[in-house]
Amino acid sequence: MSWETVMGLEVHLQLATASKIFSGAANKFGADPNSQACAVDLGMPGMLPVLNEQAVRYAVMFGLGIDARIGKRSIFDRKNYFYPDLPKGYQVSQFFEPIVCEGVFQVPLSDGSLFPIRITRAHLEEDAGKSVHDRFPGQTGVDLNRAGTPLLEIVTEPDFRTAEQAVAYLKALHSLVTYLGISDGNMAEGSMRCDINLSLRPTGSDSYGTRTEIKNVNSFRFVEKAIAAETARQQELLEDGVSIVQETRLYDADRDETRSMRSKEVANDYRYFPEPDLLPIVLTDDYIDSVRQALPELPAAKRERFIAQYQLSDYDAALLVSSPDMAAYFEKAVTLCDEPKAIANWMLGDLSAALNKEGIPVSQSPVEPQNLAGLVARITDGTLSSKLGKQVFEALWQGEGSADQIIEARGLRQVSDTGALEKLVADVMSENQDQVAQYRAADSSKQKKLIGFFVGQIMKASKGQANPQLINKILTEALDSD
Amino acid sequence: MPVTTEDVAQVALLARLSIPEETMEDVTGRFTRVLELVAELQQVDTDGVVPMSNPHDMEQRLRADAVTEENRRDELQKPAPSVEDGYFLVPRVID
Repeated sequence: MSWETVMGLEVHLQLATASKIFSGAANKFGADPNSQACAVDLGMPGMLPVLNEQAVRYAVMFGLGIDARIGKRSIFDRKNYFYPDLPKGYQVSQFFEPIVCEGVFQVPLSDGSLFPIRITRAHLEEDAGKSVHDRFPGQTGVDLNRAGTPLLEIVTEPDFRTAEQAVAYLKALHSLVTYLGISDGNMAEGSMRCDINLSLRPTGSDSYGTRTEIKNVNSFRFVEKAIAAETARQQELLEDGVSIVQETRLYDADRDETRSMRSKEVANDYRYFPEPDLLPIVLTDDYIDSVRQALPELPAAKRERFIAQYQLSDYDAALLVSSPDMAAYFEKAVTLCDEPKAIANWMLGDLSAALNKEGIPVSQSPVEPQNLAGLVARITDGTLSSKLGKQVFEALWQGEGSADQIIEARGLRQVSDTGALEKLVADVMSENQDQVAQYRAADSSKQKKLIGFFVGQIMKASKGQANPQLINKILTEALDSD
Repeated sequence: MPVTTEDVAQVALLARLSIPEETMEDVTGRFTRVLELVAELQQVDTDGVVPMSNPHDMEQRLRADAVTEENRRDELQKPAPSVEDGYFLVPRVID
């Protein structure tokens, strides 16, 4: 039997506010344990929450960014469960009336098409603290710095069928929230965490199977692997006639498998009720409009504009707009050198490769937009061959100055002077008379190989500076005329 | 709505309350009477009445996003039974 995987995703997004959602404690990653946990975050008796206006604004920005309906009157609720990293014994969340209601998010796929994902809701809540199990023998350490970090939980309908779609959605979501500036989206630091609800059903069926929830998957690659592992596990059970147990599971990357988190099951009754310490959030149309007016250009619109304005392919445009820094770099370089296609190629080729190798973002690139524009300008005007261009790029990366300075200092100017090239060709031919004779006796397919040999020798003699197009022309003429 | 001792035991577990075996019957009876009171309230016709999430007819006041708290860890950890290296220590809990 063939099976279809059905998935819905829940993403917990940490909002990049300066302070916590309900207190004035700092909201920064990586501080000393409990150094950013104030009396409100610790759930001390008598402490009352006061809502952070920036968290509300960020939630509304997100809702407008996906064209969702904004809840003009939303309410906080208590989600009750017992765990040491949740000092109050409940998490303040929004269950009945969320701040962001239904919407549709258009996810660009790698073939350039758009894949609509229905967003069920997005609601504000507070993050819990962190438990450390491996540091204190026989005990658990609790760090409450994260407690009270503002979260936006974004819930989709079960619209995903493949891991590729799920990853494309997460990447598009990551791109959107970094454009909006509402989160750093750093998955490794837990700023963006993904829960996957997954079930199987026989292909063609329109009812849903029993689902499991894989919690807290923290990289795009692990999302892909967790989906593959859980799909295989469920399929094996179903084919053996065993029913799936609805439960929470964890993805274990070391073993590449999911396993049950049994302890979460007992507490799977959260007994939600309205939070009496907080009043309803009421948003006016004027407020929502003012937030809308202030939205930056978002990835989807920017992508369309790049295609139209710079004649880029769907694929190149999608890659360039994936982060606001990439897009800004591109546009800055293009204003200095009006060769969008060449700039895009360099950025998506050598520059991206070098950045990946060093593991640094484009904002920290040692090759700045004006450097890359200078390089592309010298290739376009014929000063540099593309091969010399790569040498100049390396030198730019090493911080040896501008493209022109490097060309000057290293004497890298491409030789396009016909007289000089003719002499080079003549020298190489006289040093390799056997090959010249072979060439003249050979058929055309062998001749092509021998041409390669001569070009190689000439480039070597010119230290890579001979203009390859001219060399080819002069060489072929010289070889063909005895 | 009759409540069983198992229901009470489950609710007690979720709330981390310990109910001595010998009082279980009594607690279950009182629990049932509270729910009966609620059931009676639920008979009131509330069609067209917007659920009230808060008795105050007011909106949530928002605060500016500014860090106003400083690190007072030493003071705040004083009441804790056990701390080490800045962490609160609790009996081992693990999934």
